[in-house]
Amino acid sequence: MADDAPIDQQVYDELIAQGKSERVALAKARAAALRQQRQGAPQGSEADDRAQGGVPAAGGETGGRDAPASGPSPGAEAAPAGQERVRQALATQGAAATGSGGAAAGAGADGPAAPGEPARRRLGLTTPPGIQTIKGKQEDKVYTWPHLISSEFVALLSILAFLLVFSSLVDAPLQELANPTESPNPAKAPWYFLGLQELLLYFHPMVAGVTLPGAIITGLIALPYLDRNPSQRPENRRTALTIYTLFLVFWATLTITGSFFRGPGLNWVWPWVDGIWFNL
Amino acid sequence: MSRIPSAQDVKRGVQGSVVWRSIFRPGSIYRGDHRDTSRERALAAMNNVLYHLHPVKVKRHGLKLSYTYCLGGSSFFLFIVLTITGIFLMFFYTPAAGTGTELAYADMQQLTTSVPFGELVRNMHRWSAHLMVLTTFLHMARVFYHGAYKPPREFNWVVGVILLLLTLLLAFTGYLLPWDQLALWAIVVGADIAGFTPVFGEEVRFLLLGGAEVGPDTLLRWYVLHVLALPFVLTIFLAVHFWRIRKDGGISGPL
Ligand code: HEM
Repeated sequence: MADDAPIDQQVYDELIAQGKSERVALAKARAAALRQQRQGAPQGSEADDRAQGGVPAAGGETGGRDAPASGPSPGAEAAPAGQERVRQALATQGAAATGSGGAAAGAGADGPAAPGEPARRRLGLTTPPGIQTIKGKQEDKVYTWPHLISSEFVALLSILAFLLVFSSLVDAPLQELANPTESPNPAKAPWYFLGLQELLLYFHPMVAGVTLPGAIITGLIALPYLDRNPSQRPENRRTALTIYTLFLVFWATLTITGSFFRGPGLNWVWPWVDGIWFNL
Repeated sequence: MSRIPSAQDVKRGVQGSVVWRSIFRPGSIYRGDHRDTSRERALAAMNNVLYHLHPVKVKRHGLKLSYTYCLGGSSFFLFIVLTITGIFLMFFYTPAAGTGTELAYADMQQLTTSVPFGELVRNMHRWSAHLMVLTTFLHMARVFYHGAYKPPREFNWVVGVILLLLTLLLAFTGYLLPWDQLALWAIVVGADIAGFTPVFGEEVRFLLLGGAEVGPDTLLRWYVLHVLALPFVLTIFLAVHFWRIRKDGGISGPL
């Protein structure tokens, strides 16, 4: 977002007085200013709808519906003169629309606002509801062919080359025939479940095996609906980034521990002393 | 006597033929009249079924390796490699594990000793599977760190989580198929964890294993899931995933 976005000075001063950091105060003051602006606008959710409506270029300004769709002339006019002429036109139109005969006198008194609305629409000055205004931002784009296709092709070849070389050098394991009566020690799950298996050593299986994984999956699915912070910039998302990073570190630690630091009986081992019990 | 046609003439003749022009549509670099213009670059994306996955133009910043690290694309490519190598393996594999007739295990041994490229293809399948789990995890992290799950991309994140779960299930069901000690006991451990589901624990375990214990029925069940059911579901969700990327306005950002 632009750095010169309007801020609510009062909110800002209050927060600074409370000893909040400048970054937080600025962000909240901006949000407050935006909220006020939204409340003034006719339909607060419109910008949202537009962003979700699948119009690729949407998501530009959040201002009201101020774009004349196909106005007869005012778009090109200098603002004051054009507006004056439109207002006059609306006044007469409104009068004609409401009073079919002689009630033209009232039109001047209550102004064009209420009776003028349908007239405005007829004149094409406002967008009828249900029609999306597409305001495309000029974006820095390149042709898919050849730019994207060629980099994808390079990526594809690199992966293929890596796979071929690695598969020629390292064989997939094939141990003895499965034997349900003879359990290996330790018996380990595949690596992507070793974090889970490690958790099972600390908690009751109901917690570690079911509740926690369930909570993680639910949390991941719900994440976009819980995190309502609209910013994508790292400096505005410190909480979210911290939580996710902690989660990743936590999970990676569990997985690495389960993979390399657990030996027979799932007892602790030092891989450089006792060896590694890990299969892929 | 007319003169012998030169290579140029042949090329012109072939490229001008109705058949050639019906296969290579306008925009293709294989057409005789191809010119590298903006118009033809756009047509190349619109008229080719492979490029058709992509829009005609993409944001420039999305091309940088440091934006996506090509992790989603790599996951997809690995899935294709897995499909191709997996089909190869299916020709030589029988999902049978009755006592004394453990064809599954015998076939794996045969594959590595007496099928040309058998071992190589098996290795590729195995390593691609591990790699795909890894790239999918990392892809999710990259999407998170870019805040790319924010409106309008919330639902695509949800589709992504489903893709991750399906990827894990595919990897896990495949793990059992060689029917060696490693496979069997990894699945015993996994199924025991699933057995701790509250209330329905025993039922869940029974459903997964196709019986009270890991046995031949488990193998058949997981084989069908692994080679047919899960790839089918994954493909459908992939289609939705890619479709949503385009409909949500292409790649997110720039930050
Ligand atoms: C089978 C696994 C998956 C495949 C093949 C896949 C494929 C892709 C591809 C090719 C892209 C384009 C951009 C890129 O390469 O980063 C993408 C974007 C995206 N993916 Fe995935 N994906 C998978 C799993 C996931 C998961 C696990 C998540 C999250 C939970 C996810 C969420 C997203 C989102 C939100 C985008 C849009 C990102 C943006 O606009 O910057 N995907 N995916």
